[in-house]
Amino acid sequence: MSAVTKEIGGASNGGKRVIPASKASKWYQAEDIPALKKARKTARPAVLRASLKPGAVLIILAGRFRGKRVVLLKALEDGTLLVTGPFKVNGVPLRRVNAAYVIATSTVVNIDSVDVSTFTAAYFAREKKSKKEGEAEFFGDDEKKQKKAISEIRITDQKTVDTALLAEIKKVPALKAYLASSFSLKKGDKPHLMKF
Amino acid sequence: MAGTHRLYVKGKHLAHQRGKRNTNPGVSLIQIEGVSSPKDAQFYFGKRVAYVYRAKKEIKGSKIRVIWGKITRSHGNSGVVRAKFRSNLPPKTFGASVRIMLYPSNI
Repeated sequence: MSAVTKEIGGASNGGKRVIPASKASKWYQAEDIPALKKARKTARPAVLRASLKPGAVLIILAGRFRGKRVVLLKALEDGTLLVTGPFKVNGVPLRRVNAAYVIATSTVVNIDSVDVSTFTAAYFAREKKSKKEGEAEFFGDDEKKQKKAISEIRITDQKTVDTALLAEIKKVPALKAYLASSFSLKKGDKPHLMKF
Repeated sequence: MAGTHRLYVKGKHLAHQRGKRNTNPGVSLIQIEGVSSPKDAQFYFGKRVAYVYRAKKEIKGSKIRVIWGKITRSHGNSGVVRAKFRSNLPPKTFGASVRIMLYPSNI
């Protein structure tokens, strides 16, 4: 037990005292708690299927943008895919999408000129609402229905990514129209035989 | 605009898993359109299935209700498939259409 020398006040108290650095517990468990076993499992980054290459055109299968054909930019650290319409082409913004809800097509766009290094999972994290003013929020329901203002950063980031991407898309004939169109199953379509 | 917006494969709810005289309502047999062999059916294993139906009473703003499930395995040699739903599909739905979604996707 390490000891610490502390100065104390008072004329006739001796000036210094040696005190243990950490005090002994005032209270001990009646019975010893067994130590938990050490887990030998480690989380490793998930590996996505090979068809999900950066620049691939994906078909979104569920959610608000189901059926849209969209360009994959990169895989984020939380396992989701960063995707963009581009926004001008089909209304899909810079967005995260779960890889399980996506079909990868064999069409690939060259995205060497697009800078996606600034986007991380934290960029897309939901904004924390303040816990105060709970009652005011509860009764002010109509205001919630108003459209949430999109932050300026998102708009400018969307523009920079999309202008670079659109330049590449225009080089390929019919690609812009392809991305603007939606995917759907028609009569006689058999997904298990279709080559995407 | 595309004519259709369908992102699911159509299927029929044939029956419960059964022997000649006993049924197991926990497992439903689904026939997927265009699938006629277990090899073709393999694509659909794990895919989510939805039985969609309408009711008179509106719940949370909708008169349309869904029972979700998933395709678990093949059944027989002709492409029929077994599915388990969150709550068992009732026998009155035999012959009814069921939607086989394309997710979770592995393409």
